[in-house]
Amino acid sequence: MLDEETKLTLRVVFPHKVLPYLLVAPQLAITLVFFYWPAGQALYQSMLRQDPFGLKSKFVWFANFRKVLADPAYLNSIKVTVVFSLATAIVAMAVALLLAVMAEKVVRGKALYRTLMIWPYAVAPAIAGMLWLFLFNPSIGSLSYVLRSLGIAWDPLLNGSHAMILLVSAAAWKQISYNFLFFVAGLQAVPKTLIEAAAIDGARETKRFWTIIFPLLAPTTFFLLVVNTVYALFDTFGIVHAVTGGGPGKTTETLVYKVYNDGFVNLILGDSAAQSVILMVIVIALTAIQFRYVERKVHYG
Amino acid sequence: MIGQSPLRVLIAHAALILGILIVAFPIYYTFVASTQTLQTILKPPLPLLPGDQLWNNYSEALFGGVGRIGGVSVGRLLLNTTVMALGVAVGKIFISILSAYAIVFFRFPLRMTFFWLIFITLMLPVEVRILPTYKVMVDLGMIDTYAGLIIPLIASATATLLFRQFFMTIPGELVEAARVDGAGPWRFFFDILLPLSRTNIAALFVILFIYGWTQYLWPLLVTNSNDMNTIVIALKKMVSFADADTQWHLVMVTAMLAIVPPILVVVLMQRWFVRGLVESEK
Repeated sequence: MLDEETKLTLRVVFPHKVLPYLLVAPQLAITLVFFYWPAGQALYQSMLRQDPFGLKSKFVWFANFRKVLADPAYLNSIKVTVVFSLATAIVAMAVALLLAVMAEKVVRGKALYRTLMIWPYAVAPAIAGMLWLFLFNPSIGSLSYVLRSLGIAWDPLLNGSHAMILLVSAAAWKQISYNFLFFVAGLQAVPKTLIEAAAIDGARETKRFWTIIFPLLAPTTFFLLVVNTVYALFDTFGIVHAVTGGGPGKTTETLVYKVYNDGFVNLILGDSAAQSVILMVIVIALTAIQFRYVERKVHYG
Repeated sequence: MIGQSPLRVLIAHAALILGILIVAFPIYYTFVASTQTLQTILKPPLPLLPGDQLWNNYSEALFGGVGRIGGVSVGRLLLNTTVMALGVAVGKIFISILSAYAIVFFRFPLRMTFFWLIFITLMLPVEVRILPTYKVMVDLGMIDTYAGLIIPLIASATATLLFRQFFMTIPGELVEAARVDGAGPWRFFFDILLPLSRTNIAALFVILFIYGWTQYLWPLLVTNSNDMNTIVIALKKMVSFADADTQWHLVMVTAMLAIVPPILVVVLMQRWFVRGLVESEK
């Protein structure tokens, strides 16, 4: 059976009994100790109810899930997460697409523009958040000073919507570079002959974009939508933690922040484990979508 | 090629310059703030041009006593972060290339089981197993250690997939030829496979270095003592928007020191970076 497979794939292999196990051993050991064991524990604990000191525990089946999903604070957190993730993904992708389309038009300075555009990729999300808070905090932020002098009562530390706008701006800002590179790659893959044909047929630029270029970019756009959603869901924990701490008044408490806060700060273990498992389901769904539907034929120049 | 009217090209340039201003402004302004006195920063608006405190602020943060965060110098923080970023990047590449080598070039029972076990870790980020993982770290005594910062992060489904894909494009004749010439698996690995993988390794290294440098949740969990913090975590500890005591000029210096190294890596290794980004994407 194995020999057949070998012949079928025409793969020449080394005949060794022990060596391959030694080669996979380090990676496997790490996944078992730090991934599978804790994930199993999370599943198990999600069905236990414990007191904070871990002295007594009781098996309660799905009671923790029922409790979590009925909790208004959790439902609020779901709403916050959806708003935050969608807004971040849309803003980051729209700005990046616009800039990528502009970059396609210029000949001179293209490389320089790209170099200057990729900086924020290297900035940690939490630092991105702190830089934006530095600019926009009510007491010493220079840009809040500008906003105030324009008559806008700006205060992200007290106003929930302002806090959300600040978080989305910082999160989207950091992600522009990434999306820009992928859109530039996607645009380069659009056949020039197609655009020329449309131009000869008299289609104007805007029309050419929406009827030819944008549909052809769909695989890239869809791929980026999934990646940006995952980014907004998970990698932005640092932004929330460093900038708002979920506040003011839970208006920016995302799901990941809540798992951390309930588990580490409030020590509600069963609830936190149940939340972990719900997040696990979300990640599995997103990964499945990514591998099932996303075309991976994005190539750079 | 369709000719672009000069006006349209001009508009494109203007839009790009505006985009770059938005992208670069927060970083530039951080630099400006890092060269001002605390008094200047506390009275907005901040000037648009750098001040004259560059030397004072940076030397104070790096070598002086005032720039310390809980008794820890910024130099120590940079060391911790560098060790972590390098450890994570090298570690991930090391164990992934070995596993991919085993999975592609050997046939053994449970081969595909192992492959799937590695693959599924994609769906188990720290966030979904946060408390139990913390408990494992405590039980193993890995809190506040470099090993604790690095080892649990180096399992990598993405890197393993990437190497596997690349190895599968290597023609079987090459392996056969090596075997006929009497080369064993190690010889083949070091003399043929590793040199062929050079570009992939470089590309992956850039991406993973940034990944390690910008980690937040993990160092937040596994470092309690100030002198094991990464620079990102320490920066968060330094900042308080409610507290009038925040040493803003030094915070800004620390922020600059936290962003410049990874930016340099990305800009200087741009070719590898773009390649790694596009190829390592699952």
